[in-house]
Amino acid sequence: MTDRPVALGGPGRIVVTGLGAVTPVGDDAPATWAALLAGRSGVALLTDDRYAEMPVRIAGTVKTDPAERLDRIEARTLDRGQRFALLAAREAWADAGSPVVDPDRLAVVVGTGVGGAITMLDQWDVLREQGVRRVSPYVVPMLMPNGPAATVALELGARAQVRTPVSACASGADAIALALDLLRSGAADVVVAGGAEACIHPLPLAGFSQMRALSTRNDDPTAASRPFDAGRDGFVMGEGAGLLVLETEAHARARGARCYAELAGAGVTADAHHMTAPEPTGSGATRAMREALAAAEADVEAIGYVNGHATSTPVGDVAEAQAIRSVLGARAPGVPVSATKSMTGHLLGAAGGVEAVVTVLSVHERRVHPTINYDKPDEAIELDVVPEGARSVVIDVALSNSFGFGGHNVCLAFRRIG
Amino acid sequence: MTDAEYLAGLAEIVNEITGISADAVTPDVRFTDDLDVDSLSMVEIALAAEEKFGVRIPDSDLVKLKTPGDAVAFIKQAGVPA
Repeated sequence: MTDRPVALGGPGRIVVTGLGAVTPVGDDAPATWAALLAGRSGVALLTDDRYAEMPVRIAGTVKTDPAERLDRIEARTLDRGQRFALLAAREAWADAGSPVVDPDRLAVVVGTGVGGAITMLDQWDVLREQGVRRVSPYVVPMLMPNGPAATVALELGARAQVRTPVSACASGADAIALALDLLRSGAADVVVAGGAEACIHPLPLAGFSQMRALSTRNDDPTAASRPFDAGRDGFVMGEGAGLLVLETEAHARARGARCYAELAGAGVTADAHHMTAPEPTGSGATRAMREALAAAEADVEAIGYVNGHATSTPVGDVAEAQAIRSVLGARAPGVPVSATKSMTGHLLGAAGGVEAVVTVLSVHERRVHPTINYDKPDEAIELDVVPEGARSVVIDVALSNSFGFGGHNVCLAFRRIG
Repeated sequence: MTDAEYLAGLAEIVNEITGISADAVTPDVRFTDDLDVDSLSMVEIALAAEEKFGVRIPDSDLVKLKTPGDAVAFIKQAGVPA
């Protein structure tokens, strides 16, 4: 633990006091963490007839219908992504001890990449097949991208700010970076932040498929997402939500809260290179990681773990590996880098939220989960991707990377407490 | 169909959509002020009532239906062939 001076009148350190997640490998954060440590994949075949003729028929779907875990009335007016967000928020809030917070000092920041795509597409079918009078009056609140954030804010009575960063697959991490700004600037004392996504539907799947972004390993779903492996052929779509309860250390200490870790810094940069292709040398990602370290007042020697964005695309993983090696320099061979997406698939706008939960647990427990399906090393990667299974490691600072179409790069730095 | 049967059918719809107990849906209770039914839920209740009772409830009439009693009266007269 680094005892840095706290500026007089400033908010001091920002700490993580609650975790919540709904993912393809678990219905909550502990189940997700246990599955990841055990190396269990959540990717499965899509058995719905609508996918029968699709070139891609695999995804990381959440196994328990979120509607089953909600009151019938609350479920019926919420999009699937909003349901994931609500469940993750309830878990995170309870995990934080259900604190009593002045509503004007409580904010919510939940990012999403796509918004309520399933609602929009299903209701378009209703409009065409049954006419306008059968369209749900809840279509707009269910499809708007700020829906998950608003759902959580209504649940918790948050009145400081409700924000929704939209930056494709960096959205969840972007939300946490914005939450850090809100806390450090004094706009809030407590922020619930992360990402939510639910867009596994034939159209988004077809769109990603036509980009040739997805793995077509339909005959072996659990082996399809293979970040850093030489045989990787694209990502696997996933869904879910991951949220953190973040608060100023003063607020957390005053109520005797358990602190998992410090959110020590964030780096946010843009590539301005191409709409969808990563800048090949990973320069934007490198800058984001260095900014996060600088914001955390940490040096490279402090880094004990990197949770990679690592989607399993041929070019993306190489660009990120180059960025990680540039930042770590001579330390590169000794720092474990693992890919959550090897098991969950790619949760798009929720990925940064879920992977923040995972990185916080790694720092807290000093254990890192493996990258599964790493069978054949790719010479262009040259990282220790933890292929053998979960590992105990010494971590002072851990980084979590998230990148998105549009050239968004976000890196979060978490520091161990105690 | 008696008034009580219309009311019971309507109460079932209100319960399905809002979770409000069917017993609370009495003729003189007000949808908005007493039952706290919001405007979007009223639209859904009207759509479900149209389907259930085979009637059409135009928006201009829907806004005048303040209570289950109003709704039953409207549905009864709307269902009577001209």
